[in-house]
This record gives sequence, structure tokens and C-alpha cells, in this order.
Amino acid sequence: MGLFENILPPKERMQRLFTWGDAAALLLIAVALYGGVRLAFNAPAEIQGPTIRLEPRLLPWYALLSIGRMAAAYALSVVFAILYGRAAAYNRRAERVLMPLLDVLQSVPILSFLPVVLLSLSAILPQKVAVELASIVLIFTSQAWHLTFGWYQSLTTIPKELREASDIFRLNTWLRFKRLEFPFGMISFLWNSMMSWAGGWFFLMAAEIFTVGARDFRLPGLGAYLQEAANQGDTRAILWGIGTLILTIVALDQFVWRPLLAWADRFKLEMTESDQPPTSWFYDALHNSALMNALGRMLAPLGERLDAWLIRRSPMRTPDEAAHKRNWLNILLNLLLGGLLLYGGVRAAQMLAALPIAEWGKILLGTLATLLRVAVSLVIALAWTIPVGVAIGTNRRLAAVLQPIVQVTASVPATAIFPIFLLLVIHLTGGLDIAAIFLMLMGTQWYLLFNVIAGASAIPQDLKYTSALMGLKGWARWRTLILPAIFPYIVTGGIAASGGAWNASIVAEYEQFGGQTLSTTGLGALISQATASGNYPLLLAATLSMVLTVVLLNRLFWRPLYRLAEEKYRLE
Amino acid sequence: MTNGTPLLELKHIHQIYTSGTRKFTAVEDVNLTVQEGEYVALLGPSGCGKSTLLRILTGLQKPSEGMVLYRGQPLEGVNPHATIVFQTFALFPWLTVLENVELALKARGIPPSIRTPRALDLIDRVGLDGFENAYPRELSGGMRQKVGFARAMAVEPELLCLDEPFSALDVLSAESLRGELLELWTSGSIPTKAILMVSHNIEEAVFMADRIVIMDKEPGRILAELEIPLAHPRQRQSDEFRALIDDVYALLAGQTQPESVELGAAPGEIGRVRSLPDVHIGDLTGLLEHLAEKPGDRDDIYRLTEELTLDSDHVLRLTETAELLGFVTVAKGDIELTPLGETFAEASILARKEIFASRIRRLPLVRWLIGMLQRAEKHSLKSEVVKVALELEFPPEEAGKQLETLIQWGRYAEILAYDDSDEEIYLESTPEKVAV
Repeated sequence: MGLFENILPPKERMQRLFTWGDAAALLLIAVALYGGVRLAFNAPAEIQGPTIRLEPRLLPWYALLSIGRMAAAYALSVVFAILYGRAAAYNRRAERVLMPLLDVLQSVPILSFLPVVLLSLSAILPQKVAVELASIVLIFTSQAWHLTFGWYQSLTTIPKELREASDIFRLNTWLRFKRLEFPFGMISFLWNSMMSWAGGWFFLMAAEIFTVGARDFRLPGLGAYLQEAANQGDTRAILWGIGTLILTIVALDQFVWRPLLAWADRFKLEMTESDQPPTSWFYDALHNSALMNALGRMLAPLGERLDAWLIRRSPMRTPDEAAHKRNWLNILLNLLLGGLLLYGGVRAAQMLAALPIAEWGKILLGTLATLLRVAVSLVIALAWTIPVGVAIGTNRRLAAVLQPIVQVTASVPATAIFPIFLLLVIHLTGGLDIAAIFLMLMGTQWYLLFNVIAGASAIPQDLKYTSALMGLKGWARWRTLILPAIFPYIVTGGIAASGGAWNASIVAEYEQFGGQTLSTTGLGALISQATASGNYPLLLAATLSMVLTVVLLNRLFWRPLYRLAEEKYRLE
Repeated sequence: MTNGTPLLELKHIHQIYTSGTRKFTAVEDVNLTVQEGEYVALLGPSGCGKSTLLRILTGLQKPSEGMVLYRGQPLEGVNPHATIVFQTFALFPWLTVLENVELALKARGIPPSIRTPRALDLIDRVGLDGFENAYPRELSGGMRQKVGFARAMAVEPELLCLDEPFSALDVLSAESLRGELLELWTSGSIPTKAILMVSHNIEEAVFMADRIVIMDKEPGRILAELEIPLAHPRQRQSDEFRALIDDVYALLAGQTQPESVELGAAPGEIGRVRSLPDVHIGDLTGLLEHLAEKPGDRDDIYRLTEELTLDSDHVLRLTETAELLGFVTVAKGDIELTPLGETFAEASILARKEIFASRIRRLPLVRWLIGMLQRAEKHSLKSEVVKVALELEFPPEEAGKQLETLIQWGRYAEILAYDDSDEEIYLESTPEKVAV
């Protein structure tokens, strides 16, 4: 079933609920945020946004700008993932610090950083550069951790005998990367990349439309176009914008990801031929074209020269040579870093301590309100995705019809259509509340749906036969067969979904629309308001609260559930 | 063929793993010399550290103590003159046969103009002509291992190490590949100076090697060395060949010791705790029934491999178990049923369970577990607790295996019960008093 086969519950990685590594990671985040907030004091009070024009002929230009930002962030993420993953996989001591850090970073709601990043960058850089950079940083942070974790997992699951063969045949770092690590990790890296891009659109759109108070941080791009169109109530422009967005996403899928997947099928580790290899018409066309083949022949000697040069330059190092690198410089650096962290931690604590009790009360109330919204959106999402997902997952004909529709619909980032939805519900009572839950729902339901489909299609045929023979029907069938079988997948989907919902709260609870400011009670609204009014201690406190809440929820709620799923309901 | 120049020397090699505060010896004081022109086989039961030793002597792994000398020089890092043929082939699945062989040459900086013809020549010599552009997944197991051999020979190693190279192959492919390797080796058409083969197949070792180094486990150490003075090609049915195989079995199976030595100590007591062999009760019953049908209730151990179609490692584990429980005695490569073993073989299922229960109650490890359960509340313990206690005696992975075997045997004997969902071990409801 294409995409769905690749969604598997990730392996349990940590035994204990909290470790010192987690504490260090949280401290690091707190200090980084504090640094950002300190810089924000110098941010200009008023920021002029770009003029967004609604002529459809400008759309290709806007689309290109958006894609450019995505590509830049993705390139950064890939480089980061490869280096960080290698460091964590090959160095025991580094692993002990890097992996908990990654684990916390992965569960943190990235969008909550957006205001801090925007403000701090505007304080030190020219306006245009600052906003561009902020959007790239934001997308980077939404992609990098996931990619890095996947890459690290690939590296650590390379079969021992292949690693030993690389040693005994003296592959140097470059050849090992090219012939072992890269091919081995390629397929999962591609799937992770596709997911990262889907997530990236969500964050890019949010970054492109972000406006608080007198500060207009918008960026010219598809997201801003859609928002402007909704603002002016221009239905034609809205349709043009959505069309372009879908077209862009579909084109990327057809011209980039599908061909890459078809190409990467050769890196399958299985020693048997697969029944349904991924196919791509575009890849086939390229593969068979004389021009491409000629180009390949021209480039082959160049590649050979590059390999030879790299092999000569850095022959294989034996592991013990590489291990003896710990020296005083390293220790000094560690001490310096530790000192800086401690100092930053103390200063951040001071800033937080100065915050009046009343503000903390607001934060508590906001946290509860947002938590409630997240819960409601999850329940709604569960209520429709379980029956629909099971129907699609167990019925091949239905899957064939619905799958492409679901995939295209799911690919539209919720943040892009949010302004349009707002236009529709704004005049209802509790309009923003409905809109906020809707946005969260849009950000959560697809994760759940995909996971339920994956779980339902993984139910073994003989179990289905057995339950049919036993005459299980209706609720009994659901309780004994379907729910236990999809439970691990629901939990996996739920973890991702609740993360998405928290992220959405930043843009969902506070909105500037048609010249007026709308906001509701919530942690996301509080973060935006603090940004608008320049209340930086509150901004720090609210952002940290959100980080902490989500990390705690993950550890105390999701992880035990996950463990239960792993131990009890895994079909093997 | 030996010309008396030592190619490789291992001096006082120890390999020690630490787990928490405990230390486990995987390899203890191994001294070994491989001469130029020699084909040496390292033989021993699984867990005797022979694969670890192979990794140490090629430089893939550093020993905790001791020295590896290659041509008289201490080895630093991976030995560039050695190569390995792996049990699971270790081919890169995304590279063609040719690319796999070429990769080893490319890594040494050999340009395509030289390496491609050389790789093609080797592929031709192992009989894979026409398959250069096939991917490993398109080949059978035997053909894959041929690629493994071609790749290893491509770098013209002085020391060719084979890590159970035939054990993942079907019987026929293994046999033909053995013959082809021997032909290459004895004809001197490869520049290899010495071959070192790790194996747990006794017949294979006697068939191929000039010298067999026999290892034992707990801790992994060299038990004996045995020259094989037979000329190639060796006749498997000849009396000399059979006699040598019998000798190796006699060395590996040992001799039944007095009971106190056989049983070992309980955890926490002074002395070595004897681990339980990883054996299924059904297999053990099969062995005893088989012996009971033999005239005189006895057999040569080496014959059992053929008669029961099991590999020698498995047969030795079964023998060890039967010996430990007092169902058989072992001496000079022969196995004989004791009267108790005979009774067991002829008994009904329930009677068997009773005999088995009474026998395993004598094992210190079982006594220790029962004692713990009796002291525990409600006579039950979390399996994790028992595992942690076992980890004081065994490395973590081994402790897990021991626990599994304990539960399996205890369940069969109806001494223990185990609840998988809450991972609790219980004493069965009518616990007899155990003399401690």
C-alpha cells in the first residue's frame, strides 16, 4: 500500500521516563530561548510587512519563493542529520548527550519558537533577511530532528557483518558512506524526507502569515498570498492560490519523490525480489532517455576520479587511532559550554522569577484551555479516522479509490487554508474557538488516519479468517480483533497528532484578520500576545511552559501507552 | 606444505567483557601459532569464543589482554594482509557481483583498468562466469558464497580467514564449495599463505584442515590440538578418517565426571556455576529413545549426527544435557544410557515428567531458583528479578537464555508455572520440601 507500509511503530529507545540527559536538553532549550528573548528587547516595535498582490500571474513567483525556502531548509537539515547522526552513532560518549537532546527536541512544539526566533533575528539583522532566515530556521527545526533520528537508526542497524566486511576490505570514510551507509539508509531517509516536507509546508505557511500587533512578519509566498486573499474575501484568488499549492505539491511528488523512490528500490536489503516495487513514469522516462545515459557516461570517470582522490587523501583509519582524540582542548570546551549553560540557566530563572503571579495564573489557565482543545481535536479525529481508516485498510477496492484522494487532501498544509476557513466561521458565536479546534484537527487527523490504515492493513489474513470462523461480528469483532491490532498504530499516530495540535495552537488561537485582532484563551494566544505587546518575560515563560507541558505529556501519558502497545498488542 | 615460518602468533589472548561490576571471560589465555602453508581449523561448541578469536586475530577487535603478532610484528588495527569469508556472505545487496568484488580492490586504490580484469578473472575462476552483472539476491546461497570467496581472493590475502563459511549453505552446495576451495588451496594457484577456518562441524574440520584446534566454553579456551596427517583428497569412509572424528568427539564431549564436578555450584556459592545447555526437552527425549533402540544402549557420538541428522554442535549440547541429568555416561567418544536413562526412554509421559523433575531438582541452579521462590511472597517472583539475580553469574544475554531454559524445563517438570502476561514465575501448587 505504498506509503502506509512504511509507517511502523518506532522502536522503544529509552527505558527510564526521565534521565539527566533530558534535564540537560531542557536546560539547553531554556537557555537558547532566554538568549533569543534577550536579543528581542532590541527588536523594532513596528515591522512593515511586504505588499502581497493577488494577480494570478504572480503565483508562480510566489510558489518559487516558497519552494526555495523549503529547499534551503531541507538542504540544511540533510547536512545536519548526516553529521549529527554519524557523531551519535559512532561515538559512545557523544551518543549519551546527543540522543536525549534529540529526543526532547523531537517532542517540542516547534512553532512555539517562532516568535522568539523572529524577534531575535529582527533585532540583529536587516528586516527582510531576518524574516527569511527565521522561516528557514523554523522549517529546519521541524525537519532536522526527525531526519537525524532516522539516519541514526539506520546507522546503528547496519548488519554487523557488513560493517566488518567494510573494515576488513579497508573502506575509508568516504567509500563507507557511499557504498554502505548511504545505500543502507536511503529508503528510510527518503520516506522520512517526504514526511518532513509535508510537515515543512505546515510550518512554512505559518511562518509566511505570522503577524502580531504592529509587527507584520509576513513573507511573500504562497502562504501569504492565501492569507491576503482570504483577508480581502477574494474567492477567485483563494481558488487560484489553493490550486497552485496543490499543483506544487503534486508536481514535487511526481517529479522528485516518486522518481527518487523508484531509483532507491535497488537499495532494498532483502535478498528476495519485491512483488510491487515503487514505480515512477518520470523515472522510467529519464532512465531510458539517451541524453541522461550520455550524461551518466560522461560523469562516471569524474566520479571515479573523485573516489580515487578521496581514497588517496584519507585512507582507512583504524578505530583505535580515531578513539585517542580526547585532549585538554576538548575538556576546556566542555567546561566552557557547561559554564555558559549554567550562567544562562540562572539568568533565565531570574527573568522567570520576576514575572508576577497573575501572569503565571494566566499561563496555567491558558495551558489548560489549550490542552482541552488538543484533547477535543484528538477525540474528534479518533472518532472518524478509526472507522474510515479500518474500512480503507481492510478493503482493497475502497483503498484504490480513496487513497489518492486522501493523499492529495492530506498534503495541503492546514495552516494554508486556515485563513480561508476563518473567513467562513468568523461570524458564528465562538467562531475562533471552532476555528482553532478545526485547525488542530487538520493538523492531527492525517497522522491518525494513515496510522489506522497501516494498522488495519497489517492484520494477518489468518486472524481474519479465524475470527470469521468463530462467528465474531459487530462489537465483538472490533474488541477482540480490530482494536487490539490497530492499538499500537493509534498510539504512534496519537503521539504525532498531539504534537501537531500543540503546534497549531500558536497560529490558531490568535489571528489578525481583516484589520482586527481575534484571540481566545490559550497558551498559543498568550505567546502571540506577549510577542505583540513586547512582554518578553511572559513570552519566555509561556514558551517554556508549552515545551515542558508537551514533554511531560509525552513522558507521562504517551510513553506508558506506547510501552503497553509494544508489549501487549504487537502482532508478530 | 608447512615451511616452519610462523605467519601469525597469538600470545596470551584474553577477552573479558564487563557488565556492571561483573566480569565475564569470553576467551582465556589463548596461545596459537599459524605457520605458513598451514590450514588450521578452530573447532568448538557455540559460545566458545572462536568467532571472537577470529575477530581478534584479524584486528577487527582489540583483545583485553595479550598480543597478536603478524610476521613477528605486533598487529596495529585491521590486518591488511588478512581477509574474511563470512558465514552470512556479507555481500552488499545493492552492488552487482562484479561491483562487490571490485569494491575490495577499489578501496585499496587500484584503478579500474587493473581491477576490472582482475575481478572478472576471479569471478570466472570461482565459476560465476556470466553472472557478473547479477545482484546477490538473484543468486543461490552457494553462488553468493562463491562471490564471497572471489572478493576475498581478489585482494590476494596472505591469511584467509573463514568464519563458518559453509554452515549457511545447503548440504550439496557446501560439499562442492569445500571441494573447490581445497583444490585451489592444494594446487597452490592462489597466493594465500595460510587458511584459518572457524567451524563447529567436526567432519568438515577433519576433512579440510592440517591441524584442528579444539576449544571449549565457559571460559572460551583451547582444549587440545590435533594434527590431521591424512593426505588430500581424504576418504570420508576410511577407517583412519573415522578414527580421527571419533577422537575429536571424545575430546569435545569429554568424560563424565563425578557428580559434584558435573553439577557445579549454585549462584552465590563458591565455585563455578554450571550453565544449562540450550536444549528442548523434545529433542532430549528423542536422543534417549534413539539410544534405547541401539544394541547395548550405546553409540559412537559422531554417528549420532548422521543418524539423527543434526549438526555436531546440537548433538554435543544434547549429550551434555543427558549427561548432566544422569541419563547417560560419556567416555572416549562413546555415549551409553544409564539404567535411569533407559527407564526414562521407556516411561509414559507422566512418569517421564516425574523422573525429569526429580533429576532437575538436583541441579544447583534449579535448587537455587526454587529456594528463592519459596522465600518469596506468594511463592512467585517477577522474571525480571530472577534475571537480575542471574546476571550476577552470567553475561546479560546468557542470563536471559538461562532463565528461558530454566522456565522451559521447570514447566515441563511441573515444578514451575509461568504467566507470560505479567511475567511472573510461580512455584507449582504442591511444592515439595527441597533439601538445601
